[in-house]
Amino acid sequence: MYKYDHLDNTLVRERAAQFRGQVARRISGELSEDEFKPLRLRNGLYLQLHSYMLRVAIPYGLLSSSQMRALARIARRYDRGYGHFTTRQNIQFNWVSLENTAEILDDLAAVEMHAIQTSGNCIRNTTTDQFAGVAADEIEDPRPWAEIIRQWSTLHPEFSFLPRKFKIAINGAPNDRAAIAVHDIGLSMLRGPNGETGFTVWVGGGLGRTPMLAKPIRDFLPGADLLSYLEAILRVFNIEGRRDNLYKSRIKILVSALGIDRFRDLVEAEWAHIRDSALRLEGREIARIRARFALPPYDANVDSGPFAAKRFEDAAFARWSAANLFPHKQPGHAAVTVSLKPVGGIPGDMTADRMDALADLADEYSHGEIRVTHRQNLVLAHVRQDRLFDLWRALDSLELATPNLMRVTDIIACPGLDFCGLATARSIPVAQRLSARLAEIDERHDLGELTINISGCINSCAHHHVAHIGILGLEKAGAESYQVTLGGSSAKDASIGKIIGRGFGADEIVAAIETIIVTWLELRHDGERFLDSLRRVGQTPFRDALYGQDSRTE
Amino acid sequence: MTLIDYRNENPMVTDDAWTHVAEDAALPTDRPATLSLQRWKAAREELYGRNLSLGVRLESHERVEEILPDLPRLALIALDFPNLNDGRHFTTARLLRERYGFHGKIRATGQVLRDQIDPMRRCGFNEFELAENKDTASAITAFDEISVVYQPAADAQPTAAQLRHRQSGPTMAG
Repeated sequence: MYKYDHLDNTLVRERAAQFRGQVARRISGELSEDEFKPLRLRNGLYLQLHSYMLRVAIPYGLLSSSQMRALARIARRYDRGYGHFTTRQNIQFNWVSLENTAEILDDLAAVEMHAIQTSGNCIRNTTTDQFAGVAADEIEDPRPWAEIIRQWSTLHPEFSFLPRKFKIAINGAPNDRAAIAVHDIGLSMLRGPNGETGFTVWVGGGLGRTPMLAKPIRDFLPGADLLSYLEAILRVFNIEGRRDNLYKSRIKILVSALGIDRFRDLVEAEWAHIRDSALRLEGREIARIRARFALPPYDANVDSGPFAAKRFEDAAFARWSAANLFPHKQPGHAAVTVSLKPVGGIPGDMTADRMDALADLADEYSHGEIRVTHRQNLVLAHVRQDRLFDLWRALDSLELATPNLMRVTDIIACPGLDFCGLATARSIPVAQRLSARLAEIDERHDLGELTINISGCINSCAHHHVAHIGILGLEKAGAESYQVTLGGSSAKDASIGKIIGRGFGADEIVAAIETIIVTWLELRHDGERFLDSLRRVGQTPFRDALYGQDSRTE
Repeated sequence: MTLIDYRNENPMVTDDAWTHVAEDAALPTDRPATLSLQRWKAAREELYGRNLSLGVRLESHERVEEILPDLPRLALIALDFPNLNDGRHFTTARLLRERYGFHGKIRATGQVLRDQIDPMRRCGFNEFELAENKDTASAITAFDEISVVYQPAADAQPTAAQLRHRQSGPTMAG
């Protein structure tokens, strides 16, 4: 993984010291809360309902075991013994005090970590495929490019006060595991006619109040031109983007208002000016960064026999293997998803003790490397198949081996009204009740791939629009009301879910989801995914089941 | 009124020699003055003949492209920041320096905090009027807080990538 040199280290330490000064000026009263707010946000510090929350950056979701141990120490020392992994592949600590934040940042800097640009109207953490570098279907490892984007976007002087937050995702395989269609900029890697690295560039995707899928702006962008093209897009956005209305200030609104063709004309005109500037990437810098992502040395002669035998002997191991393993480009190896979704648990939460234990397992089984996924799980990406059974037993004893990746209990949920000052309803208790109920149904009927995401407000942090079943918590006349969308997807076949009908109360929502699933089971073809059945039959049977046939005229 | 003057790589606190002339006020005859974009556009032909240092003030929504032909005549362009969230003029300053070759002063005015002036400097600003009640003298240390830059901008500071490869000659990506 990327290792800081003295320049990277210096910047992170100086930024921590700078933030220490900003906190001191807030505490002394020199800065008002209004002045401090945009400053603290761009360093990941939120004021939530009960406490400050610090969101720590995990660039493109990649962690070393020693960084994971540092997160565990922070969880113990400054929080209540746990942390919460987010859909942006970051981690947040929900119970920190303002006074402690500078110390936390120093502790982070000591392990090459920081909270730079994890919030605020600036360029956020660039996200990517959690299987980057090891996926069997990959064209090229996107992580060096994500690191190049990280460096370019860090403390970018021109784009530190954008109209709104800005999120970039990059995917290196034909199968999209980075949800590029719902990002401000989505980059999908491909090879040019002469085998050279390039990107198809998408722009203007996003969720929130106005969900939109990104539109293609450039079919092929040579790798060396990546930063100049990003800079051109950001510059057009900075000048042309709306600042009068919070909900209309994302780039998706600008692209939609101008039309993609007009927007492209503006970007290409800007790009013509800067394409041959110092932003052009030099081959030796690309090579330097690529070298830091060299894959670990693999044993070419792993015997897969024991793995097959154990699956045959142990049904629970077989079930976990079927659900939580991903094909590896290196024969005899697998990428393992560590589920942070125990049945009835809080999605994405992890105790300090489990963080430490997982760091040890990463050292023992996966070259000391851990990845955070945008589904709020973790990945050990380099595991020998002949050691999978031992790893599984160790994970199982830590309650980290729920066999549910992309299944109905792999629920994505935002912190919701239990923590977040923006939330209009609770997400976590709904996720917990749903998980407990749906685990039983999945046990009996093998529901296969079925994603459920729960957002506690229209800002859509849990990406409910692109879940097969999305749940949005709103407030109606003083009570929580949960609106259900069906048919979203963030994969290659990306789509925005459609609202099924009126919302459900907090005491009705679990039963409503169960009704949807029971209805589906009656019309499901053998082995069919929920999403495919829905696309085949449409929403009507589900609407009828939820609201009765009489409601059809509504 | 004091301001921070960042020239020759050396920030200092100075008294402001300039007057921001209000819409209906008379132009001073003895000191440099800035005008609003509107007033400049209305009076520029007449002002061209005067032997006086002049500047134009641009609000955050106003674009520098409106005064491109006038740039050689202008000694200062004041770019206004109405609040902490409006960063359009970071781009304006870079365009002035890097695209339009403006060598005069670029001044930041409005809600300017010490926390913004270093990125502003990197974008080409060299004068800073801090927001009311903010301590100008202590703010000049803000330029020393971050010494490493990752991206090229309007300043001459070498980027991290340039420093890393300084030893050998340039090669381009294939």
